[in-house]
Amino acid sequence: MAHADVISPATLSDPQPFAIAGHEFRSRLMVGTGKYASNEQMIDAIEASGAEVVTVAVRRVDLDRSKDEAILHHLDPDRYFLLANTAGCYNASEAIRYARLARAAGFNEWVKLEVIGDQQTLLPDTEGLLEATKTLVGEGFKVLAYTNDDLITALKLEDAGAVAVMPLASPIGSGLGMLNPYAIRTIKQRLSVPVIVDAGVGTASDACIVMEQGVDGILMNTGIAAAQDPVRMAVAMRAAVESGRNAYLAGRMPRREVAVPSSPTTGMLGS
Amino acid sequence: MSVSSLVSEHASGEVVLTLNGARHAAPSGSTVADLLASLELDARTVVIERNGTILRDRDSLAKIELSPGDTIEIVHFVGGG
Repeated sequence: MAHADVISPATLSDPQPFAIAGHEFRSRLMVGTGKYASNEQMIDAIEASGAEVVTVAVRRVDLDRSKDEAILHHLDPDRYFLLANTAGCYNASEAIRYARLARAAGFNEWVKLEVIGDQQTLLPDTEGLLEATKTLVGEGFKVLAYTNDDLITALKLEDAGAVAVMPLASPIGSGLGMLNPYAIRTIKQRLSVPVIVDAGVGTASDACIVMEQGVDGILMNTGIAAAQDPVRMAVAMRAAVESGRNAYLAGRMPRREVAVPSSPTTGMLGS
Repeated sequence: MSVSSLVSEHASGEVVLTLNGARHAAPSGSTVADLLASLELDARTVVIERNGTILRDRDSLAKIELSPGDTIEIVHFVGGG
């Protein structure tokens, strides 16, 4: 093969570009903006991750000005797609209120909907989530619903009009990786809307294994922000997401419990 | 809030609000835009909710006068996952 013909990742296009609600995104990796040591580190890590969609939270302005928390002082909204979350909301009406406030900021009508059911595990309250999804879809929101890895809830969220369903790999901030690959695969196989695994990815191999299940994307925050070197971990996560996607598209070899030689068994000396 | 306290506030030239959960006194006759200016906030970077209603039209902020007992929430985007 001539040098110019060498296949590079850029020449291997993805047969199914990553799109949510008709909006195409350049990266299957979405990242959060919380927990960084500094805003500079956050920006560097996001840049290194190659992510286009970045999540933000809605909070009261600190009127004492003790901290410069305003993310838009640091993050260029023309460069990134801002996806507001409803993190910290424990019932449907609270989450709906936060979603409305986020939309009023004027960037888009998208929301990463979280209705949390338990403080210790941050597992979703699926009943409240479904209720809030229905209301917000009715108000014209594009709802990306953070949920657990339960197929029935995922199907109900899709029926309710969610534009993407976001099952967890493991609890938020736990870094435990994907606990139930079977459940994630089943959700992906049964839903028509994009499935984006959200939460629980702790390191690059976790991200790679998640993408190998065939899901459409991953959203992570702590896996990058809580690394010793977040910028380097962002580079690793970017490569892992691309690798996992390519491995899924390539189709892995079958597993065998006996060895199969890779080299010819004929032509041995002395035969 | 009692009528007498409203009167005394008015007499002292202040309206007392609940702003982001804390007591806040603003000059009588202030608008929401005046409040933002006094806090050195840019209306384009925040979202304001007054008594449970989001003030979507930023151009209207200079026309909305603060009333005693108003509950004002001023929010913005912060880092999150």
